[in-house]
This record gives sequence, structure tokens and C-alpha cells, in this order.
Amino acid sequence: MNDELKRAQEFLIALPHSRALGMTMVSCGGGEAAILMPYDEKLIGDPKTRVVHGGAVSALMDTCCGMAVFTHPDRPYSTATIDLRIDYMRSATPGQTILAEATCHQMTRNVAFVRAVAMDEDRSRPVATATGAFTVERKTEATS
Amino acid sequence: MNRPRPEPIQQVKHRRDAALHALVKSVPYIQFLGITFDRRGDELTAQLNFDEKLIGNPMIPALHGGATAAFLEMTAMVTLHWTVLWEGIENGSLDPEAMAKGDLPRQPKTIDFSVDYLRSGLPRDAYARARVWRSGRRFASVHVEAWQDNKDKLLAQATGHFLMSSSEAE
Repeated sequence: MNDELKRAQEFLIALPHSRALGMTMVSCGGGEAAILMPYDEKLIGDPKTRVVHGGAVSALMDTCCGMAVFTHPDRPYSTATIDLRIDYMRSATPGQTILAEATCHQMTRNVAFVRAVAMDEDRSRPVATATGAFTVERKTEATS
Repeated sequence: MNRPRPEPIQQVKHRRDAALHALVKSVPYIQFLGITFDRRGDELTAQLNFDEKLIGNPMIPALHGGATAAFLEMTAMVTLHWTVLWEGIENGSLDPEAMAKGDLPRQPKTIDFSVDYLRSGLPRDAYARARVWRSGRRFASVHVEAWQDNKDKLLAQATGHFLMSSSEAE
């Protein structure tokens, strides 16, 4: 594990909600991030099919998009979600780990634009895609 | 005039509450997030009961955007499902006892969900109400708003589209 990935993983598990969902950093850097979320019965949204609730996928997407913003070469000091849209293509297969990959493809002075995709073990058919806008907080010189 | 006597209030309340309880209790993720539902007639208000595990940024501290999104999506979905089931609960074609034993109608499926974050979530309870703007045979469109201390100062709002379970049965 390189230093940047190690730092990102430490940052990720310092977020209580991400830790509660069991997220692990797979890779990050250059405005890109990938995070795994293992299947867990507590995340089930539909008791009949045992499929993970969309909200858990949203939480994974939101986290992954935020991490992509952080690893952008412009290095924002902090970020927050302005909006996030998720399209659910199909149900994630019960029992399988979900992988999210996000790219921060544009960063202006105040706003970062991000795209993400979530997959289960069948990487050829996405479970969901996301597009979001995030704030860019830059460190002011006047910090005391 | 020989209108049938209205049902006793306890019976009406019990039936509605039992059906809602069965619907909510069956979903593990509702329990994990700590969401509860209040009912006034057919109107539902969801409550996200604060817990440390809902925090995103521990420095501020603020609710995780993902927890807020999940809360909104859950409120939208449960409200939509509840709205669709309401008639069956009222006319007796849906039995709350059978529902409690796991005989639940299939849920609507989220097609897309778009969250608009308006304020950072404070480390305390949040509330949400959804409105079903359109519910057809195949698709439904739902809007949902969440707030904390002040109903006029929304924490976040969202719009989602859902695929109705009736469309898949054919």
C-alpha cells in the first residue's frame, strides 16, 4: 500500500458512517478513487430478495465521489456534496461485495464535478451510476 | 338513512399501525439506520434517530451525506409503498397479521434518486416527509424533504422515480 492510499484509508475509517458500512479504500490518486463495501445483512432493503438497499449504495457513491475530489491534483482542503444523482441499473447480487469507482473530471475554483459507477462481482454490468457536484473549500491564507 | 356504523377508533388505529409496523420492521436497513415512522391518518413522518455511526465528518461533526441520502430514499420508498398499500389495508384485502409474518407485497424499486444538499446535517435527529406526485401502474415520482430543528430550513430534498412492483408481475 503506497502512502497516499494508506492516508486515504485512515481518513476513510475516521468517518464513522463509512466505517459502519465496512468500506475499504482500493485505490486513489489524480482525482480518482475506488472503494469496496462488503455485503452485510444489516444493509438489506428488500427482505424478499435480500438485496442491499439503494441508500447504502448512495452512501458508498457519495463517499467515493468525495474521496475522488480530495485526491484531485488541486488538493482541496475540504469538500461537501452539493447534489448527487444516482441511477440504479439493476439490483446488486445478494452476497457480493460492491465496488465503486469515481472520477473527479473537472474542478473549478468553487465546484468539483464527479462521475461514479458501482459494480458487484460482475464488472461488465454496472449496478448504478452517479453524477454529482461538490463544493471546493480552499485553505485561506488567513488561517490562524 | 342506514349508514353502517363507523369502526371503533381502536380497531382502525390498530389495523393501520400493525400494517405500518410490519412494513418497517421487515427491512434490516431501516433498523440499521435507526429510522422510525410516525403516522397521522395516512400521513407519515420519518425520523432519523441520531447515532454516532451516522456521522461523516467527525471534525465538524456533521451527518454523513450518504446517511442523509439513505434516509431520504428510505422515506420516499416507504411512503410510496404505504400509499399504494393504503387501500388494501383499509378494505381488508391486506391482512396486517400476515404482513407481520413476512407475507409482504413487493416493494417499488428505485430507478433514480437525486439529492439536493442544502445544509450540513447537525448531530441530532432529522425528520422527513415524502409526497407522491404521481403513482401510475408502472412508474411513480416522489419528492421528499428533510429538516432538523426548523421545518422551514431544509437539510436536504430529493426527487426519485420508482418502478412499481405491479408492472413486473405481468
